[in-house]
Amino acid sequence: MAAEPVRSEGVAAGVLAVPAPAAASPWRTPAGLAALLAALAVLGLLAGLCAGSEGFSLAWAADADLITAIRAPRSLGALAVGALLGLAGAVAQGLFRNPLADPYLLGSAAGAGLAVVLVLSAGALGGLTVGMATLGWLGRLGLVGAAFVGALTGVSLTLLLAGGAARPMTLLLCGVVVGVLMGALSDLLLLLSPEALRGKQVFLLGTTGFLGWPAVATLAAVLALLLPVALRFGRALDALVLGDASAASLGLNLGAVRLLLVAVMALATGTAVSQAGLVAFVGLLAPHLVRRWVVVTHAALLGLSAAAGGVLLLAADVAARSVIAPQELPVGVLTAVLGGLYLLVLLRRRGDGR
Amino acid sequence: MSAALHADGLRLRLGGRVVVDAVSLRLQPGQWVALVGPNGAGKSSLLSLLAGLRLAEAGQVTLAGRPLADWPLRERGRQIAWLSQQGEADGEIAAIDVVRLGRLPHQGLFGAPTAADEAAVAAAMAETECTALAGRRLSALSGGERQRVLLARALAVAAPVLLLDEPTTHLDAPHQRALLRGLARAAAGGATVVAVLHDLNLALCADRLLVMAGGRLVADGPPADAAVRDTLVAVFDHALQIVALDQAGTRRWVALPAL
Repeated sequence: MAAEPVRSEGVAAGVLAVPAPAAASPWRTPAGLAALLAALAVLGLLAGLCAGSEGFSLAWAADADLITAIRAPRSLGALAVGALLGLAGAVAQGLFRNPLADPYLLGSAAGAGLAVVLVLSAGALGGLTVGMATLGWLGRLGLVGAAFVGALTGVSLTLLLAGGAARPMTLLLCGVVVGVLMGALSDLLLLLSPEALRGKQVFLLGTTGFLGWPAVATLAAVLALLLPVALRFGRALDALVLGDASAASLGLNLGAVRLLLVAVMALATGTAVSQAGLVAFVGLLAPHLVRRWVVVTHAALLGLSAAAGGVLLLAADVAARSVIAPQELPVGVLTAVLGGLYLLVLLRRRGDGR
Repeated sequence: MSAALHADGLRLRLGGRVVVDAVSLRLQPGQWVALVGPNGAGKSSLLSLLAGLRLAEAGQVTLAGRPLADWPLRERGRQIAWLSQQGEADGEIAAIDVVRLGRLPHQGLFGAPTAADEAAVAAAMAETECTALAGRRLSALSGGERQRVLLARALAVAAPVLLLDEPTTHLDAPHQRALLRGLARAAAGGATVVAVLHDLNLALCADRLLVMAGGRLVADGPPADAAVRDTLVAVFDHALQIVALDQAGTRRWVALPAL
């Protein structure tokens, strides 16, 4: 407006030259990060194909059966589960305008877990023993559906308890409460029907060990469905940065947008949980790492967070297979420890007034 | 199309308390209007009613003769640019992407930006002097820088009606002056401009003052109107006095703290 020296700058040009950040490294752009993550994913997959119970092995010809039957689906599955969680976390953080939001901390993962346990124990009552790896198509779809409903229930309960998403810390606290309650219910069910659910405790801790080809197909299909939808709504998440009133003033139907994005988050979370159990903190971590690396709009953030989540969980999976080989850690334990530490650092930093 | 904004008998209740009561007014293009009043007078609530962001308990707002509630959301978004009080916006997207959001009502959620969109964004950023901030995260900006970015976002809509809630927050004197000139220019260009202002000296530069107290519109007129000035002083509990300042043949009004 007034200060005359600057005013002709952008207007005359008509187009806006975005000043490049000082000393911008090509890696610190969305495209650069995407390339980096793609390279890491390939490396991770290679490592995943080599990592067995007897350490790393490059004898691919000899291990061919092992690789196609176990290591390949497991590695791809870990990538897909991580991607769904990264996507769910990025959606949650944008939707609730809360950098600490994450499916695990919002009660939606615990809701999905409870739904899975309910389905499994109901199956046990009916005389069926449901094996995670051998589940048929219909059963798998049913499990995803139940987990989706469970995730929706979990996050709705959290929102209800918190009286909306306006107060970030209250929301988080309520999410933790809902998570603990639903987790306790799951444990109770497991205790009541121990026979049918033998081995499912591991599942609830979060594990990539049961991921076979049908699981990979399920995960990939849901990811292929959700990712484009979520990316198209990235702009709505951008608008929410301005606050509700301003977003509404831009012609957005906030109610509809929120509903759709909560559904995206719940389906992503539910699908991940139904196939790999409760894997903690990947959804929190992935968007954070992306935002630290680049300044991006939400569309790019959602895509990159999915990629980063996939790489993170794949790396955690390879580590879970290797660190105490021939024994194996449930990958959820590993991500919980690492993610918990990261959350601690994050909270400390926020406490310092950042 | 005329962007005349009319309000008739507006009443709004928030948390059981009537915050806007029996407010009727007619806003014509070509005027820039300052909305003033003590804390809790209902200024922001009235502004959000005028923007259609809240639903009145009674009365209605019409834009160009058509009730605001009947406007499709996006079309309304192109007609009315809105600036929230600062503090609502926070996030890690780049300043330029914040300003680009102003084009959302033109593009729709799934549309791609056109050259006209980018030109409007560039013009708005130049207008509030935030072009140099384009690549920085919103969360990393100072209060004044952030306000300029958010103002540019509102200006980028290029709407015939501008409703701004405390647009001068955190702005230094040169940027306040720039904003006032910009508002006057927008009005001269045919826009309808209403700004909630806390700084009465800035408000006294407006073409027209709307004075609110206790949810009601208690005065409405130009600063030159002695009755309007008297009411203004009264609603602020005589904590200030308004004096005339004659300068180069024009008369202006200045508010001073009463001691």
